[in-house]
Parts: sequence; structure tokens; C-alpha cells
Amino acid sequence: MKGEYMTHHLQQRAPIMEALNQYKSMRVVPFDVPGHKRGRGNPELATFLGEQCLTMDVNSMKPLDNLCHPVSIIKEAEELAAQAFNAKHAFFMVNGTTSAVQAMIMTACKAGDKIIMPRNVHRSAINALILSGAVPVYVNPGVHSELGIPLGMSVKDVEQAILENTDAKAILINNPTYYGICSNLQALTDLAHRYNMLVLVDEAHGTHFYFGDNLPASAMSVGADMASVSMHKSGGSLTQSSFLLINNEVSEGYTRQIINLTQTTSGSYLLLSSLDISRRSLALNGKEIFRKVAEMAQYTRNEINKIGGYYAYSKELLNGDTIFDFDVTKLSVDTREVGLAGIEVYDILRDEYDIQIEFGDIGNILAYISVGDRHLDLERLVAALAEIKRRYSKDKSRIYIHEYISPQVAYTPQEAFYAPKQKLPISESAGYVSSEFVMCYPPGIPILAPGERITKEILDFIDYSKVKGCFLTGTEDSNIEHINVLKELME
Amino acid sequence: MNLWYTEKHSPNVRFSLKVEEHLFTGKSDFQKIDILQTSEFGRVLTLDGLVMLTEKDEFIYHEMITHVALATNPSIKKVLVIGAGDGGTIRELTAYATIEQIDMVEIDEMVVDVCREYLPQTASKLADPRVNLYFEDGLKFVRRIENEYDLIIVDSTDPFGPGEGLFTKEFYGNCYKALTDDGILVNQHESPFYAEDALGMRKAHQKIVGFFPVCKVYQFHMPTYPSGHWLFGFASKKFDPTQDLDAASWNELNLKTKYYNTDIHVGSFALPNYVKEQLKDVE
Repeated sequence: MKGEYMTHHLQQRAPIMEALNQYKSMRVVPFDVPGHKRGRGNPELATFLGEQCLTMDVNSMKPLDNLCHPVSIIKEAEELAAQAFNAKHAFFMVNGTTSAVQAMIMTACKAGDKIIMPRNVHRSAINALILSGAVPVYVNPGVHSELGIPLGMSVKDVEQAILENTDAKAILINNPTYYGICSNLQALTDLAHRYNMLVLVDEAHGTHFYFGDNLPASAMSVGADMASVSMHKSGGSLTQSSFLLINNEVSEGYTRQIINLTQTTSGSYLLLSSLDISRRSLALNGKEIFRKVAEMAQYTRNEINKIGGYYAYSKELLNGDTIFDFDVTKLSVDTREVGLAGIEVYDILRDEYDIQIEFGDIGNILAYISVGDRHLDLERLVAALAEIKRRYSKDKSRIYIHEYISPQVAYTPQEAFYAPKQKLPISESAGYVSSEFVMCYPPGIPILAPGERITKEILDFIDYSKVKGCFLTGTEDSNIEHINVLKELME
Repeated sequence: MNLWYTEKHSPNVRFSLKVEEHLFTGKSDFQKIDILQTSEFGRVLTLDGLVMLTEKDEFIYHEMITHVALATNPSIKKVLVIGAGDGGTIRELTAYATIEQIDMVEIDEMVVDVCREYLPQTASKLADPRVNLYFEDGLKFVRRIENEYDLIIVDSTDPFGPGEGLFTKEFYGNCYKALTDDGILVNQHESPFYAEDALGMRKAHQKIVGFFPVCKVYQFHMPTYPSGHWLFGFASKKFDPTQDLDAASWNELNLKTKYYNTDIHVGSFALPNYVKEQLKDVE
């Protein structure tokens, strides 16, 4: 009890916020950057963002510590975060969870090192391979036969990948996927550790696992080595702020060096203080916050399922392996029975009903539920979905779910990205090796990654996604009409 | 003692009432509820600091939100009222012996409780046996209903706060679905005068026009509402409110009204040019 009380007591502190308040009260005359000088030099910006906001936009200095080499208040705040997440150390990240994922991979792997990962990783992971020269070993995550969503990794598939690549340095796991699906994190971690591989976990959508009850296991709780936690998603901090957690034998100093290779030296105190304040709120109230969120998600799921046609899925999908657990705070809805692609429902919700959801793909939509939601807004979402069904539903055969396309990796992402290349109309590129990404954003999971051979199947899927209205991105050509392919394969 | 209640009618215009006594203040799950005893307007109900009704002028609002539809289609039997926690709309409806069922859906039970205690003038008929009270979200209620009501009256607050769901496209679409083929929708339609209210008016009109073949707007004079110039919407699947007005039948009913009569009925649909233009812009 006493230990718990002490922890609770410590977690009430927010050292960065306190130091900023203290600094403000000293009314120090600023002859340093930023040049807006507490907003006085840019009144329009101060009016737009608020005076308080600009007052807190300050530079690293002795009383406010330095993100590149924390020794005082940032260090304290990082220690409190580590304690709250049960990690050995927590790094405050201000270049997005993208930078945390990249730091994990670059800490674990040097050029030429192998890393085992599911193919449905976020682009940031494959970007890290381009930067570092690490070599991916993909595990097919499989696609749910009815819902068309990519699943978790099966323990058996990972074991096979490990046995075939015992020299791999690390394994990367999504916990959960964008849709809320979790692999058997404990089993995968134990398995990888038996072969001396580091376990890296992309928890961009899993911050709440550390605080809520009855939620899937978190990376630190199963003894994983590193985790990237998007505090700005379910954690409530400002966009672009994130935590990188480390555990076990991972070196704090080396990880810091890797982070500093790419992270800004002018870390924003707006982002840092938002991480600090949000960590405090989660540590003190997280359990209650996520109980409410799960309850709201469940209520909405039930109401959507009562409309008919839509399928808001949850734990009934669990299969003990590729869907080992499900994040019940996620509101993922299959829309195909209504005869509409998820992306079509997504567009109608915004254009006709002024409701913006997180994303829509071919078969699904995802509405992000958080502590900031009000019941009346949930009612609007449900009512709008009911109306969309009444007014727009079509024949369900027009929505076609594609199977998982197993990538044919011809080159590492780094080799392919930097290789001599040539631009081709995308429709004529089948058979060539892509030098770049093609993906729908969101969710930002590549359809094609650099180094993968382009097939007719992939091109069909890209066409279909375009026709349904997905926002495609990744290629140098912003219209996705041309693609850069490797030159040597052009005869 | 010199106590005044002040409400902002626009960012630059204020409206004040001399207060004799602050009779009630309370906070529900949805809003702040106050009852004031004023010198000129009698008892006043405010929600989140905005006047909802006063004893002196509520008759104008409540007569106009009900009798126009009932005089257009005297065979209305089943009515859904959304909002209307003060009971004034219900009071007017219960005057019609031909109405068989009145379902009232108010999100905030506390408003009804407070009005029952402090505003018997409007709340007196809530106990009528034809009236069923439901305390829940109006949007949720109407979403589950199909082809059921002859008349839906949306007696809502403003397009912000607890009532904002009642100014949405999904709400009007669900109302359309919940109405019978003879169905009429009457809604609180904001005001054309001050910019913020006018925006609410235009948006509401734009959303309703998409669903109903007949979409009209009518006006009334409400001394305590911003600018005093206020509107209701009349949308229906079949009936035109002026062409189909059955004045003789309504007058035979001999209902006692202080504002509404069948001449006002017709006249209220004659709109000033600046209002017509604003509505036309969004049609």
C-alpha cells in the first residue's frame, strides 16, 4: 500500500509544466530564440493560438533542461513516465511516433541486420529500413476472410521465420493494429527472447493498454524490449508527441544517441509539457478514463449493430492466435453488407453529415472514440450511419475484398530506394521492382514497399482503391500515375 | 436592491430584465437551469443563461408552433414532440380532442421537474393521459421509428449545447422516416436577424430542404428572443400550409387563442425579402 501511495504521490508531479510556470513567473527578459519573444513579435499568431500558448513556446536553457541531453526537469519527467509505463526508461519524442519507431529499429539493427516484421507495418517502419539498411523478413499477417482486415502474426509463422533466420536481430510487432487486433504478445516475446532477438513493439495505437482494465497486454508488461507509444492518440497529448520506452538490457545512452541522429535539437516545450501533463493525467485517472472510453465504444458498437447491415466487431473475433486479443476501445465497423466501401461511408459522413472519422478502407471504417467524446456526438454518428444505410445502401456485391498479397521482396528497401531507377506509367509497371511506396493514407500501410516486385494483382488493387476514393500516396509522382522502378530489370 | 438579468442577443447587443427574485438555480447533467421572477415578464426560465420562455410571451411561441400544423391537417392523431420540457407545446396540443397520442422526448428530466414546480402555466397539461414522457436523446428516439407519427414538433433550444443534435441532417432525415405519408415536421428555426442566429436558420433550412417536398418557413413576434423576429419551419410530405389550410374546420373548434388565428396563419408565411433571399441562397 505504501509503495502504491508513494507512486501515486510522485505521479502527481509534472516537472516540465512546473518549471515552465516557474520560468514564466520570473519574467525573464528573453534575448534568445524563439524570435516571437513570448508572442509580442507576432501578435497575429498570439491572437490565433492564444497568448498563454506562445508564452510557453521557449527554448532549451538551464532551468528548462535540454531534450538532447536531459539532466534536470526533462530527466525527471522521463523517469516519471518510465515509472507510469513500468519501463526502464522513457524518452520524450517530439518528431512523432514515426521517429520512435525509427529509433527502435535503428537501435536494434545496423546495415545488413535482419528484422522480422509483419508486412502490415506502418510506413515509418519501412522508412527506418531505408535509413538504416536493415533487411526485412516479412511474416504474412493474413487477412480476415470475411472482414478483409489484416490480422496479427501467428506464433507458428513467426517461429518459422525465426528458425529460417536465426541471425535476425529483432522482431517488430504491432500492438494493436490500426483496427484494434493484437497478436499473442507474450508468446511472441518469449519466443524471440529464446533466440536472443530484441522485441520491438509499435504501440502507436496502444497507449491505453498501460492504464485501462481488461485491455490487451502492453509491451512492457510482457517484458518486450522497446515500445513506441503514441501519447497523442489515446493518451491526450499534442499531435506529434510520443514516448519511446525501453526495457531489459537496451542501453539508454545508445538509444539516446540514435534518437539524436534525427530528432530536432529544438524540442518544442509545447509538445514536451503536453506529454508531461498527459502522463500525469493517465497515471492518476487513466483507469477511469479508459473505462469510460470502452463503455462509450461498446454502447456505440451495440447501437450500430442494431441498425443492421453494419458490423461493428469486437472480441467475438478472437481465435487464440492471429486475433489473440481485441482492443475494445476501437470502433471498427465493417460496411460491405450495406453495399458501400468504408471509404465511401467515410466520405459521406464528412460531406453530408459534418462527421469526421479516423479512416475508411475498402471494407471498414474506424471511428476514434476518446475521453473527449460526448454522448450526443455518439448519437449523431449512429443516426448518421442509419441514415446512410437508408439513403445510400447498394448491392453488396459491388464491394470486393482483396486477399492478402504476399510481397515478393527482390531488394532491401534501402537498396531499392537508392538504386538507379526510371519512371514508368504505373499501369505498365507489372514485373518490375518498385523503388518507392504506394499506400492509402490513412492507414499508411504500404501496398507496395521499395524493393518489392510489382504484380498485376497489386496494380488491380491500387486501381480499385483509387476508384473507391482512397487517398493514395507514396510515389514521387503525387498523382500516382507514374512509379519509379529499378533500372536493371527493365530489359 | 436593483437586480437585473442580462442576456447577450448578439456579441454587441444586450437585453436586460429587472429581476425581483431568483427562485431556482440548479445544474443538470446537461445544462444550468434557472427560474427568475421578473417585474415585466413574470417568471422566466433560462437554460445556460439564455431565456427559453417567459410567462408573459410564451403563448406566442407555443400557439404558433402547434396550431399551424393542426389547422393544416385536422386529422392529426399521433404527435411526437422533441424538447419542450416546459410543457407549453403539450398544453396547446391537449386542447385538440382529436389527438390520440402525444409522445414527448426531452433529454433533461430536471427541466420538466423544475417547470412542474415553478411554471404551472405551461406544465399544467403534462399529466394528460394521452401524453407519454420519455427522457432521452431525441435523435436516438427518432432513429428507431418508422412511419409512425402524423406530426413531429421540434421544440428545441439552439444549435449548440444539448440541442445541437436536433439541428443535424441525420436528425431531419430520421424525422422524415418516422413520419407517415401525411407527415408534417414543425421545427424551431432560429432567426434571420443577427448573424449567428441567421446562420443557424440557413443551415437548418438547407438540411430540411433535402428531405421534404414541401418546405416553408413562417414567422412570429417573440419579444424576449433576440431581435424579436423568430421563425418556425414547416416541412411536410404532402400538405401545403396555406393552400391546404382548413380555416373553417379550425374555427369551428372554437379554441381560445391569444395570438394564433387563421388569418395570422396565412400571413405568417409571407416573409420579408431579406429572409426570402437568405432561404433561397441555401435551397
